[in-house]
Amino acid sequence: MRREQNIFYNIDWVMVGLYLALVLIGWINIYAAVYNEEHRSIFDLSQNYGRQLIWILTSAALALFTLVVDAKFYNAFSFIIYLSMLIILIAVLFLGTEISGAKAWFQLGTFSIQPSEFAKVATALALARYLGTMDINLKSFRTQLNTVLIIGIPIVLILLENDTGTALMFLGFVIVLFREGISSKIMLTGLCIVVLSILSLWLDRLLLIGILAAIAVIVIFIRRRGRTLKRILLITGLFVVAVGYVFAVDFVFDQVLEPHQQNRLNVLLGIEDDPQGIGYNVNQSKIAIGSGGFFGKGFLQGTQTKFDFVPEQSTDFIFCTVGEEWGFVGSTLVVSLYVLLIVRIILKAERQRTSFSRIYGYGVASILFTHFVINIGMTIGVTPVIGIPLPFLSYGGSCLWAFTILLFIFVKLDIKRLELI
Amino acid sequence: MKAQDEQRKLIIIGMILLVGVIFIGRLFYIQIIDKSYILSAQNNVVRVITQYPARGLVYDRHGELLVYNEAAFDLMVIPSQVKAFDTAEFCQLIGLEKTEIKDRLIKARNYSMRKASIFEKQISKESFSFFKEKLHKFPGFYVQSRTLRYYPTRIAAHTLGYIGEVGPATIEENPYYKSGDYIGISGLESTYEEVLRGKKGVKRVLVDVFGREKGSFQEGKFDSSAVKGKDIYISLDAKLQAYGERLMVNKKGSIVAIEPSTGEILALVSPPSYDPNLLVGRIRSTNYQILSDDSLQPLFNKALSATYPPGSTFKSLNALVALQEGISTPSTSYYCQGTATVPIKCSHYHSTPLNMYRAIEISCNPYFWQTFRSIMVSRSDIHDAYTIWRKHALSFGFGTRFNSDLFNESKGFIPLPDYYDKYYGKNGWRAMTIRSLSIGQGEILATPLQLANFATIIANRGYYYKPHLIRSINDSIPDSEYRKKIVTTISPANCQVVVEGMSRVMDGPEGTGRWYRLEDIAICGKTGTAENPHGKDHSIFVSFAPKDNPRIAVAVVVENSGFGATWAAPIATLMIEKYINGEVKRLNVEENMINSNLINP
Repeated sequence: MRREQNIFYNIDWVMVGLYLALVLIGWINIYAAVYNEEHRSIFDLSQNYGRQLIWILTSAALALFTLVVDAKFYNAFSFIIYLSMLIILIAVLFLGTEISGAKAWFQLGTFSIQPSEFAKVATALALARYLGTMDINLKSFRTQLNTVLIIGIPIVLILLENDTGTALMFLGFVIVLFREGISSKIMLTGLCIVVLSILSLWLDRLLLIGILAAIAVIVIFIRRRGRTLKRILLITGLFVVAVGYVFAVDFVFDQVLEPHQQNRLNVLLGIEDDPQGIGYNVNQSKIAIGSGGFFGKGFLQGTQTKFDFVPEQSTDFIFCTVGEEWGFVGSTLVVSLYVLLIVRIILKAERQRTSFSRIYGYGVASILFTHFVINIGMTIGVTPVIGIPLPFLSYGGSCLWAFTILLFIFVKLDIKRLELI
Repeated sequence: MKAQDEQRKLIIIGMILLVGVIFIGRLFYIQIIDKSYILSAQNNVVRVITQYPARGLVYDRHGELLVYNEAAFDLMVIPSQVKAFDTAEFCQLIGLEKTEIKDRLIKARNYSMRKASIFEKQISKESFSFFKEKLHKFPGFYVQSRTLRYYPTRIAAHTLGYIGEVGPATIEENPYYKSGDYIGISGLESTYEEVLRGKKGVKRVLVDVFGREKGSFQEGKFDSSAVKGKDIYISLDAKLQAYGERLMVNKKGSIVAIEPSTGEILALVSPPSYDPNLLVGRIRSTNYQILSDDSLQPLFNKALSATYPPGSTFKSLNALVALQEGISTPSTSYYCQGTATVPIKCSHYHSTPLNMYRAIEISCNPYFWQTFRSIMVSRSDIHDAYTIWRKHALSFGFGTRFNSDLFNESKGFIPLPDYYDKYYGKNGWRAMTIRSLSIGQGEILATPLQLANFATIIANRGYYYKPHLIRSINDSIPDSEYRKKIVTTISPANCQVVVEGMSRVMDGPEGTGRWYRLEDIAICGKTGTAENPHGKDHSIFVSFAPKDNPRIAVAVVVENSGFGATWAAPIATLMIEKYINGEVKRLNVEENMINSNLINP
């Protein structure tokens, strides 16, 4: 009976502790990033840091609420939650407000909410529910198609909102599929397609076709024993398909995409130099982090973060402030906290009795991991610049709420891991 | 757990740990090993300075400079870098009140603490050089150089247009423009904005705590230099333009002159005009207000935007349509009963009957009413006949815009048959109903530009090039659409008939323009007197010269002045004389025109 009374019974305090640590670090660094001498109080509601406190407190309430709800609810209502989310994503296309180029927000007075953040939670739930069904076989085409649809529909809707960054994050669910046993061949094919797409934009078309031809010839001649007619035809066929694909990519790039989209892709792939725009931000971000040294410049002592060198200082580029003011020690701590949290979630997920809970856990880990890699990667110049927040650290209501719910549903499922839900 | 699942779990965890290690390694490198980042950040402030390119210059067809740039300096402020300063000295330097300075600082702060905003626009060169020495006393302030337009000849204000600060809508729409940038607002400045503006550059300099520049940031790796705007050479003839503006002093109306062999516009005069230098710099907004409040509308470009009934000049068109449709021949004659003629009387006394040549020479109303009536009854349904007539008018460019590089053209008006259906009912109108069209009155309206183009077509015997202003951009000749011959519906032979008639207007014994014939230049012209319900008639004249191998086509409209032969004809012939001979011998005519004040007689 004790279980029924205390919602914290059996809770994994390590996950909760890591969560709280990250949220707190976020708040302190938002304060430092947008510190305004005329509004010195960290509680000043006219500033981002004051408002972030509201988001933190409401998130705590949401976390508690998530824990109070019966664990069975998440399984039973996953599809309903998912479908409602799709409707909301469609609604935002028509009724939404455009903020910095993306029509991804509902505006309610001064308050705006971004449904695509919550779509991550809904998709993770739906994916867990679907793949968690008994006797599901990820090797059957039907299952693969349905899985692609579950992940793909929100991606398409969010792309239509012109919020490419958020949409890309959904590709992280590939990690879930990998764990759930999708065949290596499909993973490999997917990888080939991605590599080929990038190469066809990167390299001269003739050069690329030459390289492909060389690969085909090498594969045909490398194994004398397997040089059957069937094999030669297969490889030639694959070669033709690959060449066709290269032309198709070029065609879409040249004819279908708008100039500004081409531009963004080019900058993303490093084909075009853009030291004034994105390149400048990354360089400034690296200077901020690099100038932090071993121990950092100290709280509120960052000089680089005091100037508007990067547009999204309290949101997408919050890690700069960590790096500059807390140095190598602070940044390593934050990186470690993320690694610990994500690995902890995976280990916990593996211990779940139901497939639903396990797959959902992997979904949470995948989403957090994707954001972590892309966001911190871009601030230190190892990944392309994609405008997405750093979970728990970045300023923003929608994003903190969504990540809190995402994590605490798993915390709740984990509490009940010994029960069949 | 299956072996495969276990293996994949380990792969995933391994991947996460690997990313963690890569990130920490990278952090170790940029934070501890590579010292260059620390140097970059050392107590330095990066200031982004926009490099404004010089705007392209504008020259006339002979290379005379019409628009150039003069340096100006904006005082900028970055509020977050402002420290306490000697306001008394500052006030003295900049010539502002203390309270004003306070207000502006608050305004700048509200815009952005860290982004630069303009504190004072276009400070003079003197106060700039004085200020520059003292600048270190005022951290957070710096000077940004800009260019202003200057118009040495003071002519062609409407054609050249003006520039001004971009509005919020443009900034929203086009990311190139930032608040405080200049953009062409009217005339050529607007049409050729993208050519003239060049490309802005960016310079990032390191600035110490006292606001002193300490050299470029990262050896200028992130700088881009400004690219100068391209110069344009336009088709105006500055001398002819200036002469036209002199002739039209104290008159309302316009002069449009076109080179028939190219469609290049030689002069576009739209009095009353203004000195283009009035709309430059700090004085712009005050002067703009004054000019737009002026009841004579000096900002309105009548040459392109005003529409008038073409009056008798349109008789030439009716003659052409009748010839082309085989309804009339040059020798087709009609009777005229002078002032007693019904339904349109004749205002001239002449022998009768008369053929087409003489009808044009004398501008006989009854003749063209008969001609027009014949066109309208040539089909059993007047709708068909009218549509044919309208087709010819449209092929001359009436009722449509040319859509070349001219700013704010009006379409004029040639009604659709539906228009009359609406007024008179489907079967409620006949030739009689729309008889005013026969003498260029009634519903139809044309711009002076269209009238000049009309003269061009007759001069060319049936074709024209889109009237336009651009000749070349830098050294390249742009846009071949201006070099495409547009052929009208009228054959060269039929045009020749009207050319002969228009020649007799000047040279015939009874020609309506015979008082202004020139000994050495064969001018063809047609007078027009457009009735105007709001006041005195408009005086109109369309003409070209010489008769063979024409070099100039001119249309003149003088508002509320009287007969076409009285004002528009002498002005047009003076323009022709000036352009072809380079000087005017008829000094008394010239003086008479320049000195006539038709606005406040």
